[in-house]
Amino acid sequence: MALKLPIYMDNAATTRTDPRVVEAMLPYFTEKFGNAASRNHVFGWDAEDGVETAREQAATLIGASSKEVIWTSGSTESNNLAIKGAARMYAKGPEGTKNRGHIITCVIEHKAVLDPCKRLEREGFDITWITPPADGVITRQMIADALRPDTILVSIMWVNNEIGTINEVPEIGKLCHEKGIIFHTDATQWVGKMPTDVERDCIDLMSWSSHKIYGPKGVGALFVRRRSPRVRLEAIIDGGGHERGMRSGTLNVTGVVGFGKACELCREGMDADRERLYSLKQKLERELLSRLEVVQVNGHADRRVPHIANISFGYVEGESLLMGIKEIACSSGSACTSASLEPSYVLKNLGIGDELAHSSLRLSIGRWTTEAEIDYAIQAIEKSVQHLRALSPLWDLFKEGIDVSKIEWQSH
Amino acid sequence: MAYSEKVIDHYQHPRNVGSFGTSKDVAARRDIGVGIVGAPECGDVMQLQLRISDEGVIEDAKFKCFGCGSAIASSSLATEWIKGRTIDEALTIRNTQIVEELSLPPVKIHCSVLAEDSIRSAIADFQKKNGIAAAKAESDAAAR
Repeated sequence: MALKLPIYMDNAATTRTDPRVVEAMLPYFTEKFGNAASRNHVFGWDAEDGVETAREQAATLIGASSKEVIWTSGSTESNNLAIKGAARMYAKGPEGTKNRGHIITCVIEHKAVLDPCKRLEREGFDITWITPPADGVITRQMIADALRPDTILVSIMWVNNEIGTINEVPEIGKLCHEKGIIFHTDATQWVGKMPTDVERDCIDLMSWSSHKIYGPKGVGALFVRRRSPRVRLEAIIDGGGHERGMRSGTLNVTGVVGFGKACELCREGMDADRERLYSLKQKLERELLSRLEVVQVNGHADRRVPHIANISFGYVEGESLLMGIKEIACSSGSACTSASLEPSYVLKNLGIGDELAHSSLRLSIGRWTTEAEIDYAIQAIEKSVQHLRALSPLWDLFKEGIDVSKIEWQSH
Repeated sequence: MAYSEKVIDHYQHPRNVGSFGTSKDVAARRDIGVGIVGAPECGDVMQLQLRISDEGVIEDAKFKCFGCGSAIASSSLATEWIKGRTIDEALTIRNTQIVEELSLPPVKIHCSVLAEDSIRSAIADFQKKNGIAAAKAESDAAAR
């Protein structure tokens, strides 16, 4: 099969919707277009049937009961509902007071976790922000060390979205259950890709999203445990009491139906997909490491998901590298690619150093990534890195044996 | 972000890339002025080396750049503009001219500032090496 350009390697940002998902959604736009909350006619019943089938599909993927799945607009909303909803429900003091409870999270969470936690800090909750070690993995021990008698909630992502590292989530879940603390995990980069069982893994609250697993954008889910313990949440969106009162608003029926189908497809193809992506990622990393000097794969050596590779190319600036590989759609930790002009806070927090953070690429592969595309990417990146190193004054200094980090630069 | 065609052209075919030797070599040569501006942690470093005649004419210019496409294009363009010019002429180049020529968006203006700074810095280095009063450069700056 001929290689088709451009190549999509930004599957951690979003994925192409699987055509089988689109097909499942179509009748719900024009034929079964009812409001799932309409209880008195067939249009409503059809929509509700679609929603409840999807709820079963989503629940089956994670080993939950369908009553434990709440539909949202995506992981950002799920995280907000889980974190703010649990904190406010289990607060140790009323609004306007201090010391309302202790929450543990970590500094390399997605902004959709960090920002809700910052808001809770302003609302009188205490937050412990754990800084991970250089390998990026948050362990059970780090949580155990941060626990306090007044800890009410722990929120640790299952997989870091930039570097793909896997945290000790089941172990942290067990710890939280032993201590009677609510445990939330943002599993956006985990669910659908890796086997998940909320019972075995001791999860109380779990966020995931449709568009990361080949479903449509604009729909997500929150798992909310109903038994041992029964987790209660204070709603953020009021009005009508949909989704067991936790999330009001007419359901995005087409989106939910597509999400359900996407969950089913992920479950059926998971083992084969995982193995295939793992070997493609291994090839990508192995080849780049062997062909180029001063290349670093960021994050833990083994504890990483098969679909995310985060690689720094020393003495090459990330945005210019992206420009050189313009036929490959991917992300960079470079400041220049962000609105804030700050390099990736995730890489900075791993102590990777600003210059290597500026030099990083995140390549994330998916269901349609082929070996030919991986081969193309390897060649293109190698060529571009060499082109840019020939231009790089820092590369010259490195080759002369001068430690670039010891030079006093005139910052601007 | 979309780049202008000129930026892409300079990125793909940078003019006057290189140096006149290792950092030690050029430090010892009185006919060469070196300017290095920026910082790796800010994501851009520009190095400009100028070979300047006794009459103060920039006979050759070489650059190296660690930075985004706009930074590479700004420094590449700067070398084109100053080759064959006198020091005084080179010092009249302003970052705004680079912005205009390359159609740089506001977020990339700092790249053009760096390029202007690298010209000033390389010329100042040449003058220092040759005992030419920095007053000349300062009075130029004051006259702006």
